[in-house]
Amino acid sequence: MSTNALIALAATIIFGALVSGTPLLFATLGEILSERAGVMNLGIEGMMLVGAMGGFAVWFHTGNTFLGLLVGMIFGGLLALLHAFITVTLRADQVVSGLAVTFLGTGLSSILGAPYVGKAVPQPIPVILPLLDRIELQQLVMVLIGLVLAPAMWYYLNRTRPGLNLRSVGEYPSAADSLGINVYRTRYMYVIFGGLMSGLGGAAMSLVSDPGWVDGKTSGLGWIAVGLVIFASWDPLRGLWVSYFFGLLRRLPLDLQNPALPLISTANNPQLGRIMDMLPYLATIFILILGSREAMRKRIGAPAALGTPYNRGERGL
Amino acid sequence: MNLPWKSYCLRIETRADNPGWMGVVSSILGVILALVVGGFVLRAAGANNPIATYREIFKEGFGTLRDWQAGIYALLTNTDCPKGLLCFGPISDTLVKASPILLTGLACILAFRMKLWNIGADGQMFMGAWAATGVAIFLLPKNTDRTVMLTTMMLAGLIAGFIYGAIPGLLKAWLNINEIIITLMLNYVAYKWLEYFVVVGPWSIGNFESTGRFTPSATWPRLTEYSKSIPVLAGLTAHPGIFLGVIAAIVLAWIIYRSRWGYEIRVIGDNPKAARYAGINLARNIFLVMGISGALAGLAGMNEVAALRELTGHFQRGYGFTGVIVAWLARLNPLAAIFVAILFGGLLVGTQLIQPQGIASMLQGVILFVVVGTELLFRYRVKLEKITPSIVAPVSESSNVN
Amino acid sequence: MSESQKAFEMRGIVKRFPGVLANDHVDFSCRVGEVHALLGENGAGKSTLMNVLGGLYMPEAGEIFVGGQKVSFHSPQDAIAHGIGMVHQHFMLVPSHSVAENIVLGLNHPRFFLNLSQVEEQVVALAEQYNMNVNPRARIWELSVGEQQRVEVLKMLFRGAKVLIMDEPTAVLTPQEVDSLFHTLRDMTRQGHTIVFISHKLDEVVAIADRVTVLRRGKVTAAGESAKGATKAQLAKLMVGREVLFRVVKKKAQPGDVVLSANGLTTNNDRSLPALRNVSFQLHAGEILGVAGVAGNGQRELAEILTGLRRMTSGTAKFGNDLLDPSTKWQEIGQRLAHIPEDRAAFGSVPSLSVAENLILKSFNRVPIAAGWSINSTEVHQNAVRLVDEYQVVTPTVETPVRMLSGGNLQKTILARETSGHPGLMIAVHPTRGLDVGATESVHKILIDQRDAGAAILLISEDLDELLSLSDRLAVMYEGQIIGEMPTEGADIQKIGLMMAGTKVEG
Repeated sequence: MSTNALIALAATIIFGALVSGTPLLFATLGEILSERAGVMNLGIEGMMLVGAMGGFAVWFHTGNTFLGLLVGMIFGGLLALLHAFITVTLRADQVVSGLAVTFLGTGLSSILGAPYVGKAVPQPIPVILPLLDRIELQQLVMVLIGLVLAPAMWYYLNRTRPGLNLRSVGEYPSAADSLGINVYRTRYMYVIFGGLMSGLGGAAMSLVSDPGWVDGKTSGLGWIAVGLVIFASWDPLRGLWVSYFFGLLRRLPLDLQNPALPLISTANNPQLGRIMDMLPYLATIFILILGSREAMRKRIGAPAALGTPYNRGERGL
Repeated sequence: MNLPWKSYCLRIETRADNPGWMGVVSSILGVILALVVGGFVLRAAGANNPIATYREIFKEGFGTLRDWQAGIYALLTNTDCPKGLLCFGPISDTLVKASPILLTGLACILAFRMKLWNIGADGQMFMGAWAATGVAIFLLPKNTDRTVMLTTMMLAGLIAGFIYGAIPGLLKAWLNINEIIITLMLNYVAYKWLEYFVVVGPWSIGNFESTGRFTPSATWPRLTEYSKSIPVLAGLTAHPGIFLGVIAAIVLAWIIYRSRWGYEIRVIGDNPKAARYAGINLARNIFLVMGISGALAGLAGMNEVAALRELTGHFQRGYGFTGVIVAWLARLNPLAAIFVAILFGGLLVGTQLIQPQGIASMLQGVILFVVVGTELLFRYRVKLEKITPSIVAPVSESSNVN
Repeated sequence: MSESQKAFEMRGIVKRFPGVLANDHVDFSCRVGEVHALLGENGAGKSTLMNVLGGLYMPEAGEIFVGGQKVSFHSPQDAIAHGIGMVHQHFMLVPSHSVAENIVLGLNHPRFFLNLSQVEEQVVALAEQYNMNVNPRARIWELSVGEQQRVEVLKMLFRGAKVLIMDEPTAVLTPQEVDSLFHTLRDMTRQGHTIVFISHKLDEVVAIADRVTVLRRGKVTAAGESAKGATKAQLAKLMVGREVLFRVVKKKAQPGDVVLSANGLTTNNDRSLPALRNVSFQLHAGEILGVAGVAGNGQRELAEILTGLRRMTSGTAKFGNDLLDPSTKWQEIGQRLAHIPEDRAAFGSVPSLSVAENLILKSFNRVPIAAGWSINSTEVHQNAVRLVDEYQVVTPTVETPVRMLSGGNLQKTILARETSGHPGLMIAVHPTRGLDVGATESVHKILIDQRDAGAAILLISEDLDELLSLSDRLAVMYEGQIIGEMPTEGADIQKIGLMMAGTKVEG
């Protein structure tokens, strides 16, 4: 392959990684805040799916991508509201409720999205600049949003009062409560925020990064996000890198399909492609194992109150 | 009304009375409520008459009264099933669908009893299917006796599932790593593993994503094989695999409620501190329980592969998750799981031909939500009340009222 | 005392909890700029009273005046708004956050953007005002307990607290840290703050306090006495009183051989501070040795050592011929050693399992309960029926989940389980805590019966009356040592009170 072709390939791969990783980033950022507040939401996959479906459906009827993203967010938020009610108010088990959200989201998106399967994808509209397709412009904008959102969230978490409150609620809710912070309201807010972001991630997938709707569009991305939050040590900035990294891992088998590539072409080596598909998941497990020992040593770990329903007056956290 | 979190709070107190039937009632309520909600969703999706849809689902899954009458008649008189009727067809399909669901449900029941969240039953099932296929295609010669072949496949499924389940178990026992994420990730690794072998790798036949048909001795005998002597059995794919599940359920029930090991498991699941006080070894039990849970799911994989008579890239995903719901709906009771599994089998069969396809998943989600919610309402008395002025803020941990 | 000199005044405070009257028309007031000690043993009502002042509890009756104005507190924030802040025994600090972040948490300004460096400067300035040394950037988990306490104090001062309530502040401090704290408190009073100092330690009270108020069983027995004038003996008497509520009728003890011998037991607590210092004693069959002392003086650690939950750093404990330490085969020893744990919900029972199943927690691996791989359910049932009857456990059936039992019946179940094997040694820790009179009587009877049957019983309790009526001999623990040991018959309450408060008494 010529040098130019290689550079073009590298650029495609990098851009592809960013685009592919950004929906994942949105979901991960949302879940980071939710978990920092102490609530684990395993329903990301379900929330992303209803977001993807809802967003696509709205676009289909209105042609307005922006509206589609907004509605996708709202759908995700609604499911999250359900999860918040069950886990914060009713203090039920967070694992089961999250799973239920996934089932519900998967089913709902499948049923309500059936009429939209395989329908025409968002078309580029002619723009002043003839070089960029509209869709690529949208993808660029999406990536930029992600690049801005992550540091903004970091700043929010670490340098603002609401962020301090959020972190305290997730670490030691009794202390926060004793100083007048409403633990329940805080948790509700951030669980719903997580849902909004997951819905956004899903809609971003079906409208921008990989336009179109099929049943099960997100193909497990939501589950990866759950692992990514841990991988990122609950830090939004690290979340940036890990999301793009996983975006890369997901795109690589596709991008390497060019048969002209010497050893590593996946077209010639479909087995390699499958093995590469496994990488994201194995990597998450690996990081968890590493992290468990590091965490014990460096006290950088999960928010201490993660997964524990808050009961005022009860001993412990 | 004031915001519910400002001046009111949901005070949750344990009910003084807690009769066992409340669990059953809340489960049944869950199903009914799910159907109602599902009806609304169907309406939204364009189905005009949800009740008719439900009736259709039931018919497809269990058969109508006429089907049963005709079937019994044909059985007794040794004749064919009359044209236009399904006889035992639906129930046969339902039982076939129910057997892997029952096994994964049992896998989840065992793990959940010890508060181990095994969400990886799907992956363990895939590995069991893979191992059983390996036996069928490679390990044993094609003309091996059926009993030997099937038994070896079962063993392979059990062992592969055990290992795949023990991995997260060990990680939890030694490093205290959250088993939820590990088992989830391992699901996907297992999916890809299977794909590797069957779709692009050494086991695929030509360009098809399949291993090709197994030799007959590596498959379950089906009822339809006896249709020469009993005509009504024609076309019925029911096989002995369902008994695997039932036997496993009975054995598991005995283990949990009657055996010393089951006692240990229940104690650990309810109060690990008390378990340690009683000298019960936590790490060993985590390993064993996750392993056996995986083994059960692996058996489900073998069951499927012997029923499908081949292993393809389209091996059904999701049985592991359905197992979670079955376990919950059955209130972690292995015997109840038998009935729940059959119910879900009927649901899956009944919705096969219904558009849109996501009904089963949606119903499962709603059922789970409702069951979780109603369980809390039944176990606790939930009252909306104004914050009593007595204790308005968290009390510091002083060991007694001073 | 004129009104303007009063920092605050509490009149006629009544606070009730289910089954107990914690504060019985209590009057309490403090002068501006003084250190006022609130003295009393466990259950006297000191912390409750201060929780009322601090805005955590609402009293059933009574009034509070701050600076002459009547006030009503509905939350700790209300109290702080009036200048009253409380430093609890259990710190409310987020371990992974910095000092500055903890101090500034929950404040109203700055509203959104946190300028942490500015906060850090303010914290340092404030600390210097009181000669306190603090690193605002340090994470809480990095700090020693004394330093964490300082952060809690600063937290209150930052919010403008004029009155500081400190709940048993020296319980977790080393002697050096105690000195340091006292210096800080003096600095604070010089600048016009008022300190309420809840304690049970007479030596410290005498060292730091200007005035003392003593509470006993919810009532004030001495109000605002000058700490210098009152003798320790007088204060001790006011703390523990003279009469004993009820005496259990029991035969004279017939002590037999030594069953448990402890030699030089030394260990640290969870915070790595010394909890036991060279504790030695001997326990004979057929006697009850009571261990008196205010909670937190090493009793818990002693019980944990004797039941294998904690390692000793030096010393030995022998039960018969067996050494007691975590490597011992506890399932085996467990048949002869009964443990009535302090926290029955956490350690003692398995909530969802039935009464019958809880009763076999120690015996499920042995015949006749065990039968090969399975459990003999008939045996389990019969065993349960027998025990429930014998120990008079009130339960609908033996299959009822044990979490539905009342506290008293749960305790009786635990006792039944532990004592049904005729143990040679029993370690009972606060066995009647939270139980009503009837259940308490039942438990006492069971303990006496076991003693008469030849068991050696170590009874750890905060209830002096219980100890005096049940025990044959009494040991008083203070700061990890047995500060005195005597037969219960004819024991001098006053001396015991002094010992519990830290003074070694000869004779």
